[in-house]
Amino acid sequence: MTALAADAPARRQRRAAQVIAYVLSRPSGRVGAALVAAHLLMALVSPLIAPYDVAAQSADSLQGISAAHWLGTDQLGRDVLSRTLVGSRVTLAITIPAAIIATLWGGALGIYLGLGSKLDEIVMRLVDAFIAIPSLLFLLLVVAVFQGTTAVIIPTFAFFYGLLVTHVARAGTRQLAAQDFVVAARLRGDHPLRIVFREILPNLADTIIVDGTLRLSWMIVAFCSLSFLGLGVQPPTPEWGQMIADARGYLTVAPLAAVPPCLAIVSLIVGLNLLSDAIGKALGIDTIRQRGA
Amino acid sequence: MFRLIVQRVALAALALFLTSLITMAAVEALPSDACAAYLGREIQPAALQKCREKLQLDRPAIERYFIWTRGLLSGDPGVSLNSRRPVGEVLIQRIRNSFLIGGLAALIGIPLAVFLGVYAAIRRERFPDLAISILGIASMALPEFVTATVLVFIFAVSLGWLPAVALISANSTIPQMLPATILPVAVLIVVMVAHVMRVTRTNVIDQLDSEHAEFARLRGVTGWRLLVRHVLPGAVPATIAVCAYTLAWQLAGVVVVERVFNYPGLGSLMVDAINNRDLPLVQTTVLVFTAIFIGTSLLADIAAVLVNPRLRRRSS
Repeated sequence: MTALAADAPARRQRRAAQVIAYVLSRPSGRVGAALVAAHLLMALVSPLIAPYDVAAQSADSLQGISAAHWLGTDQLGRDVLSRTLVGSRVTLAITIPAAIIATLWGGALGIYLGLGSKLDEIVMRLVDAFIAIPSLLFLLLVVAVFQGTTAVIIPTFAFFYGLLVTHVARAGTRQLAAQDFVVAARLRGDHPLRIVFREILPNLADTIIVDGTLRLSWMIVAFCSLSFLGLGVQPPTPEWGQMIADARGYLTVAPLAAVPPCLAIVSLIVGLNLLSDAIGKALGIDTIRQRGA
Repeated sequence: MFRLIVQRVALAALALFLTSLITMAAVEALPSDACAAYLGREIQPAALQKCREKLQLDRPAIERYFIWTRGLLSGDPGVSLNSRRPVGEVLIQRIRNSFLIGGLAALIGIPLAVFLGVYAAIRRERFPDLAISILGIASMALPEFVTATVLVFIFAVSLGWLPAVALISANSTIPQMLPATILPVAVLIVVMVAHVMRVTRTNVIDQLDSEHAEFARLRGVTGWRLLVRHVLPGAVPATIAVCAYTLAWQLAGVVVVERVFNYPGLGSLMVDAINNRDLPLVQTTVLVFTAIFIGTSLLADIAAVLVNPRLRRRSS
């Protein structure tokens, strides 16, 4: 038993290496991983490499491709390349923490309820009631109220997406709790927290991670949609949804200005989807089925 | 079965109640109110005061909430603070318009998606399947507003076939509206097809691999007969459930799409109402949205139970 326990971190590392190898062995996984990695890297270093100040306006508005502005300029003469490069920072700064918080609280609540709690029935009814509310409507309301204040948007996203994590975590825990090794741990008299961390979490983590990457991509789409509607980010902060909304007004004059932010958002979402599908396949989780549930 | 429905209806009532509470709290928390939004920036304090008294905005929020709730339960959701028209009257037109694009999208999109899904499944891992799957992932990854922008660019700006924004009023007749619905419906279809198609494909493949399909094949059943008699009956239930959930999720898409095309439906009404701080209108619109959402998922559950008797015995 102790030998096994001492071996656990090494085994986990080996498994992680296997998953990564599997993901990278498939073309779709490779493309997905490359896209996501490129976007993350860009979000980190873009302020350093962007050729222009994202808010700097100039007289050359709605220019096409040129040596000075590789991807042209927008209606205020701002450099489209710089704005596209920097455009993911706000979105990721909001959605990644929100996805992590959602996973933490939703996962914790789901595991607690899944282990069999007196509160299970009543809390799940409440969770279902909240899930029945179309969340984008409320995000719209909340964002309208607080005018894009990050401190409010993150908890709101985390709340609505955490509800869905609760469902996934609870269902998974209930299945695990009925299995022999968990029953054995219980009969052994293990502390409930020990059961959670030693028996439940290692087996549930796969599902939650795959689910989390999918949710992150939904959150990014939702946030960009809000910005597109003029509610998410306040100017002059660059954001893809907002850039597309701006460019839409000038499609006849400068159709090119809409292309870079569209490509950027699509490549990020495609990348996340491919990556989560590949990780899911590596771990033996059917993401399509999860999506439908 | 009966118990399931009762449970779900009770849940729906709870959800609607929560919705109305949250909406009220949110709109109350908005800076400025209906009078300030209506009268504009340069207003006399006296005029503002008078307007607030007239619209009863000087009363506590709780009291107004109860007045509105009582009205709603007796069939009168109040009067729009901005246009001074009865909320019910404003809503009816908008609901019709939203149902027009949502309904058209579902009528065309769901059969199309099921067809593509089944076709991809029987041509699994070959060219048609790969092409359909890649298109599916792409269209699922495209946010509604990107799809909308691309379609506007192609059909309105480059080709000039269709109007870029709908130039119709909320109470145009349906034939008048049809040209304006083409692009919004197209966007909704693109988003919807991807989800339903992927689930159909997975379900059909599962059934094709199942033992009973194998047995049918061994008995010499092939082609259409195998598909229609042995594969589809097993694949249909889950697909139906997904169709209904997808329709419900489309609601959020409808808000974005209506906004993009300036289409006079429920979604754009709600965004305007939020901007005008028009509390009765916001509350009723959100409530209608939620009710449609819940109604659709309820239908999905009931449909899933009807086509799959095994679910009937599932405890809660």
